[in-house]
Amino acid sequence: MSRPEDTLQADVHYDDVEARKYTTSSRIQNIQASMTRRALELLDVKTPSLILDVGCGSGLSGEILSDIPPEEGGPHVWIGMDISPSMLDVALQRDVEGDLFLADIGQGVPFRAGTFDAAISISAIQWLCNAESSETSPQQRLARFFGGLYQSLKRGGRAVCQFYPKNDVQKQMITSAAVKAGFGAGLLEDDPETKNVKVYLVLTAGQSAVANTKSGDITGVVENMEGVDVVDNRKQAKSGKGEIKKGSKQWIIKKKEQMERKGKVVKATSKYTGRKRRIAF
Amino acid sequence: MKVLTLNFLTCAVKSCKSSSDSFPLHPKDAELASDDVEVNPELLVNLLPRLDWKALKTTSTELGFPQLPDSPPTIDELQSDDKLLKDLHSLLMETNLMEGKLVCGVCGHEYAVREGIPNFLLPSHLV
Repeated sequence: MSRPEDTLQADVHYDDVEARKYTTSSRIQNIQASMTRRALELLDVKTPSLILDVGCGSGLSGEILSDIPPEEGGPHVWIGMDISPSMLDVALQRDVEGDLFLADIGQGVPFRAGTFDAAISISAIQWLCNAESSETSPQQRLARFFGGLYQSLKRGGRAVCQFYPKNDVQKQMITSAAVKAGFGAGLLEDDPETKNVKVYLVLTAGQSAVANTKSGDITGVVENMEGVDVVDNRKQAKSGKGEIKKGSKQWIIKKKEQMERKGKVVKATSKYTGRKRRIAF
Repeated sequence: MKVLTLNFLTCAVKSCKSSSDSFPLHPKDAELASDDVEVNPELLVNLLPRLDWKALKTTSTELGFPQLPDSPPTIDELQSDDKLLKDLHSLLMETNLMEGKLVCGVCGHEYAVREGIPNFLLPSHLV
């Protein structure tokens, strides 16, 4: 089955017929609801907050945000952005409590700095990997989106974006764009290697002023979760070669061995090799 | 859209990002509606430090409401004074801008609002 973003743009694909089908399908409702709950688990918001819903569509995830009971940290106030007027129309009919915006996330996030406590996105950002016109590129759209998202989140705020990557290239493209914007980023995959794999991009926007997180690192997000294996592929700060300091005696001896192997004439090593000379002048 | 959202919304045009006058947007030909929303004191306390009170004063005057006091209430005042809480709640969460335009103070771009939804789609030369 072909992917919708390969055939049409988001606002054209989600016309009135498609919007109605999407929202009334119980299968889609269930999947979206479970993904929203999983994303909320990762967001870990403990008090009623202002949340941005990126690609809110007909408000399926927004409704869940509004209905979180107080004992679970809710209810939350949310603001949603979507590019499809038909989907937003359905949201209006369902009388959602959040504020809706007709906007293209690839053009940025038009809120002042530090507005949101958290951001959530369900099945939306893969649409950014396609640029419909020649005036803009996927990289530009992704950069605008993540840049705007970064500054509109409060410091220490988290964003969780569930998306459907077409392939590993898209996963890379999206993750590197997020990192370039300044986020701490990690990918969580539920049911990996299966047909039902769900990919969540978990982002942190800097450190919060209150240093209450044990690990400011992105892996701190899944610290207390069961059944999550952490795979850390980040480059280590110290490379293997950096162990030997340049200019030291060990380095000189290593260089002499290298030259000897090449066949050059090398003086013998003695206690005088690399010794600090007395500076006469 | 709620008045609360207006306190956070800026102009989306790229060249306006550096200017501080692109916030807040000015409502024009505004039609308001009132909603009934349950009071959420915890949320208001959470949001209070983040509200731009000066901008809120500007917005509320432009919408035709009586002028707000010059300085924002403190968290203690908000938690102790029930009427203050209700008034703030009524302004931020229950007052909705349904129709009209939002104008940027810098570039003059007008964002249309229809049925409570503002249109923030920009032509590519403005992005």
